[in-house]
Amino acid sequence: MEKPKKLRLNRRGFLKGAAAGAAALVTPVTGLNAQTQQAAELPPQRGAAGPLTARAIAAETAPVSPDVEVMTEDSPGSDFMVDVMKSLGFEYVAANPGSSFRCLHESLINYGKNSAPELLTCCHEESSIAIADGYFRVEGKPMAAMVHGTVGLQHASMNIYNAFVARVPVFVIAGNTIDATQRRPGVEWNHSVQDAAAMVRDFIKWDDLPISLNHFAESAVRAYKIATTVPHAPVLLVADSDLQEQGIKDRAKLKIPKLTLTRPPAGDSGAVAEVAKLLVAAENPVILSGRFVRTEEGRKLLVELAETLQAPVQGDAKNFPSRHPLSGAGGVRTADVILGLQMDDFWGTVHNYLDQQERSYTSITKPGAKLISISSWDLYTKSNYQDFQRYPEIDIAIAADAEATLPSLIEACKKLITADRRRALDERGKKLAATSEQALQRARTEATYGWDASPVSVPRVWAEMYEAVRTKDWAVVSGDPPRTWNVDKYYQLIDGGGAAAVGSALPTAIGAALGHKKHGRLCIGLQKDGDLMYAPGALWTAAHHKIPLLLVMWNNRAYHQEVMHIQRMANRHQRGITNANIGTTLENPYIDFAGLAKSLGWYSEGPISDPKLLSAALKRSVERVEKGEPALIDVVTQPR
Amino acid sequence: MKAIRLLIVLGAMASLLAAQTPAAQNTAPAGSVENGKKIFSAYGCYQCHGYVGQGGGGGARLNPVPLNWPNFTKYVRHPAGQMPPYTAKVVSDQELADIYAYLQSIPKPPDVKSIPILNN
Repeated sequence: MEKPKKLRLNRRGFLKGAAAGAAALVTPVTGLNAQTQQAAELPPQRGAAGPLTARAIAAETAPVSPDVEVMTEDSPGSDFMVDVMKSLGFEYVAANPGSSFRCLHESLINYGKNSAPELLTCCHEESSIAIADGYFRVEGKPMAAMVHGTVGLQHASMNIYNAFVARVPVFVIAGNTIDATQRRPGVEWNHSVQDAAAMVRDFIKWDDLPISLNHFAESAVRAYKIATTVPHAPVLLVADSDLQEQGIKDRAKLKIPKLTLTRPPAGDSGAVAEVAKLLVAAENPVILSGRFVRTEEGRKLLVELAETLQAPVQGDAKNFPSRHPLSGAGGVRTADVILGLQMDDFWGTVHNYLDQQERSYTSITKPGAKLISISSWDLYTKSNYQDFQRYPEIDIAIAADAEATLPSLIEACKKLITADRRRALDERGKKLAATSEQALQRARTEATYGWDASPVSVPRVWAEMYEAVRTKDWAVVSGDPPRTWNVDKYYQLIDGGGAAAVGSALPTAIGAALGHKKHGRLCIGLQKDGDLMYAPGALWTAAHHKIPLLLVMWNNRAYHQEVMHIQRMANRHQRGITNANIGTTLENPYIDFAGLAKSLGWYSEGPISDPKLLSAALKRSVERVEKGEPALIDVVTQPR
Repeated sequence: MKAIRLLIVLGAMASLLAAQTPAAQNTAPAGSVENGKKIFSAYGCYQCHGYVGQGGGGGARLNPVPLNWPNFTKYVRHPAGQMPPYTAKVVSDQELADIYAYLQSIPKPPDVKSIPILNN
């Protein structure tokens, strides 16, 4: 069958034609009324909005220049970019639409059939990034996020920073139009930038601006590899709009390099042996677990280390079963050896700090206590943003991945434990188990204070939430459940960490719930009111993509931490101690979170101020979530 | 790790409060429970200690009041922990007595064994 002659119009060809058309505009306009003639003399309008000018009408109706031969393109460069993205195994790509990546967007949904990756429609780039962040925290593999090169990346930047501080890899693709002669007049200039990555370079691990498709492929694979090498961090690839829109000249000459993920580094064997010696000899060791466990296997390894040593474990609840006899006992103050695994802030953990007019710090460790750090943070530090915290004085520092180092550390410890030492360690373990059980009972008792209070106490909210899900296959995607929860599976909590960026929790929870969706887990979270108000459009994204999730509002009707800061200042200055609410609270009017959620497609209930109503509301909402819907319960709570 | 730091701070505060509790001298001036409740909220005490003194993430539990009257006033005026100072310039002795009376009026919580969902 004869192939029809194509009307091919590539971008450069079109602009040649447009220039010819523009030349025609210098001829007098006839047959137009005075108002239209006046419009014809005005400069071109920015953006697409507004009435058609005579110039625009003329451009639309002018004869096509003979130079213009091509109006279509069957195989744009962005199709190859989709091949690259598919090769990297992206399941989703989150984006708020932007013209600088319009071609890649179209390739994803048509050429790529909107599958692996599937496009997630987001209402704010901040949400796109955090959804990708939350997804990684569950699935352990990066999600891509596309952003408009300037304004979109500016919106995205806060949560890119949050992901950076949390050491979460997010694969960001920023559209941009590099060639100034190819930009559309007006808005496209405002939305173009010489060096798009510059604004986030301080808090991403790597970026590139590919100028050919092979360059794009190689840099995309490199970016993925760098992002997923510990310590993880976001990366950014600029996708030039011309590179997206120009046709592929010869597909056979394009190549996607093979991806080989870098295995995490284990600690030096000599240093590990030294650490084992200290740990086995210690009378009161404590293990502080930061955000280092990446897999269920890593969690098992930490349990094995703790049981081998009969040493208590404190820290990130995701890392260790909450009701294990060694969970939560012991302490920094009494320890003679402190093992910190991937600690965000080792110094802050071993010092007491008073936020009074004269700030003061005191060490809380015993004299002579040995501090050991195993952390990949030591392998990668930047200078501008200060998330690296104060310099800790460590006795043995191993720059390595803690999870990868645990097998050799466990082995080294076992070799050193004699039968006598084993008996002593087991005796210590019995005492720690009793302390751990007491801590659980204490947490239960603490929850009874304010049990029937209105507004509802936060421990009561958590207790009711646990009761609603505890017999199901649940996962918490927002907030830190108290000790009263029995957390015995790795996936039941998501990694904490980040820059405490207000506005990140809601979309992170949605991304995490998306990660859990295919596993059929019941997702639940405690959602702070101030955080939700930054970009509530993320609720719509969850409804649109049918991401089941139950959010219970921690609605204390304030940016409460800021209330406390202002109170502290007013007290310190001895004036106006009743005014801390000004500029910090969310009242007059109160926010109707149930109404807001409903308007964005969620099942919702509330506001609930009576704790006795919470149980039934949770039951109804769980039923809806189990049917695949997102649900929100607005609970008016005590402040903290 | 923030949770660890918080536990350390709360532990330190609890130790301090316990250390400052002598066996005798509990006499406080007569106070108004009603006004105490009102200013416990208005003066921001609730922000860390909760509306019913249950304590939590921000401050120590005040039910029952862990300090006798002299130590209570001493601590409020010149706290040794994270609590901001409430000087006599912003809270009078009588108002402190009202707050003290309110805190003493808060009923004890239910027995943990009477709440089945806390025992799972």
